[in-house]
Amino acid sequence: MEKTICLKRAFRVWQRHLTVYTKLYKTSIALNFVEPALYLIAFGIGLGAFIKDINGVPYIKFIAPGIIASSSMFAATYECTYGTYVRMTFQKTFDAILATPININDLIAGELIWAATKSMFYGTIIIVAISAFRLVDSPFVIAIIPILFLSGLVFAEISMVCTAVVPGIDSFNYFYTLFMTPMFLFSGIFFPLDVLPPAVAKIAFFTPLYHLTLICRSLVWGSAGGIAGSIAWLVVVILIIAPLAFILMRKRIIK
Amino acid sequence: MDIITARGLTKDFNHTRAVDNIDFDIKKGECFGFLGPNGAGKTTVMRMLYCVVVPTSGTIKVFGLDIEDNPSIIKSRIGVMPQDDNLDIELSALKNLIVYARYFEIPYRTSRKTAYNLLEYVGLTEKADENIKNLSGGMQRALLLARSLINSPEILILDEPTTGLDPHSRHNVWNKLKDLKEKNTTLILTTHYMEEAERLCDRVAIMDRGRIITIDSPKNLMETHGGNLEYVYLKLTGKRLKGKENGENNLS
Ligand SMILES: Nc1ncnc2c1ncn2[C@@H]1O[C@H](COP(=O)(O)OP(=O)(O)OP(=O)(O)O)[C@@H](O)[C@H]1O
Ligand SMILES: [Mg+2]
Repeated sequence: MEKTICLKRAFRVWQRHLTVYTKLYKTSIALNFVEPALYLIAFGIGLGAFIKDINGVPYIKFIAPGIIASSSMFAATYECTYGTYVRMTFQKTFDAILATPININDLIAGELIWAATKSMFYGTIIIVAISAFRLVDSPFVIAIIPILFLSGLVFAEISMVCTAVVPGIDSFNYFYTLFMTPMFLFSGIFFPLDVLPPAVAKIAFFTPLYHLTLICRSLVWGSAGGIAGSIAWLVVVILIIAPLAFILMRKRIIK
Repeated sequence: MDIITARGLTKDFNHTRAVDNIDFDIKKGECFGFLGPNGAGKTTVMRMLYCVVVPTSGTIKVFGLDIEDNPSIIKSRIGVMPQDDNLDIELSALKNLIVYARYFEIPYRTSRKTAYNLLEYVGLTEKADENIKNLSGGMQRALLLARSLINSPEILILDEPTTGLDPHSRHNVWNKLKDLKEKNTTLILTTHYMEEAERLCDRVAIMDRGRIITIDSPKNLMETHGGNLEYVYLKLTGKRLKGKENGENNLS
């Protein structure tokens, strides 16, 4: 069993996903766009009518950067939970790929890199959208895009760990209800963490989504200060979870 | 010359022993068949040959290379037609082949040409741009065969290549396989059709419950046991079943 990853072969897997995606994008892109738009309207405009501002910032402007973060996060997690699971089991795509020179590590790396790419892409769409609504103050916003690739890897790896251990596709409900949704709600997208009980705020502080939201907010508002630590934390999480994702997924696929 | 050698090959899945300490050699250019009842371990053996299932113990050498050390190199020279269809259902027939060619680092221009040739070879030219979903089961099998040839493999592994095919399509596949054999491709196949094995295989291994009962040419087997290959098969695999408590003897 080869222990290394060949990036060129991982890229072939990435390319396969891109080929399939470009056939289907019309339907899925619209869907991924609708949800963040709903959040912006419901919370930004609806709730925003009652909440004047947070720390002097209009509410819709407060949450807009967080929608970049959450939208790109869900793109990566959907891809590496439902997407990966369907390819692994129902469609037997992995069987087809593994019968070629692509090895298991290349395949897993390809899945992760693809999910990160998609994450970056969906986040970028939101950046374009909120720019159109004049919710962006600074050209620094461009710097978010490469960071979305990093955070995409983080969420892809976490999802991959989950996919490697779930007994069936229905089990993803637990992952989303018990892990993703709380993270989405309590990572500072909709309100600052300091209103939470200190214990909860401490947990939230360690979530990658909190840091991604922080980064997005700083760059959308035009201050790059203080994001270095958050980026470093994303990298640390990538490095910590990667071995787990690879080991568990190998165990799941290679019998 | 032996192109594949397996020694003491064993595979356990949790608590089932799917393959139980088997040895075999396959010669370059021959057509070698694995026969045996459902669950005998044929697919598991195949999947170990192309490095998707890791043996619990034992060794396999393909092209003289150990599968544990050189999976990529070995796989680049093998073609696989799996028992289960695993085409990319979102893509057209042509795109399926082109995407598959990329895994082998075949450049786009070459792969496009090869893909069209292969589609013609299996009679699917008209379906090139058709979605996989719109192909019949037999056409999908044909496309899988075409896909397995995309890298001009030296060894072709075929897991039940003609299951579900009508008699015409089956004869078509047989002719293709004879073609490939003429060109010195080593063929390894599993089948439940004894006629198929009799026609195509130089040698067969009859398996039951993870073991190889015998390896020989269909001709020798028929001479030794009398009757056709189906008779030999039933006799050999039936005998084993007879000894078991709930065994039913298939010989009638
Ligand atoms: N991934 C797996 N996990 C657990 N058990 C497995 C797995 N694959 C195969 N087995 C078991 O191994 C044994 C051999 O299965 P295999 O698929 O190799 O049989 P086969 O000879 O190909 O049968 P068939 O003619 O039905 O295709 C069976 O008991 C099967 O249940
Ligand atoms: Mg089988």
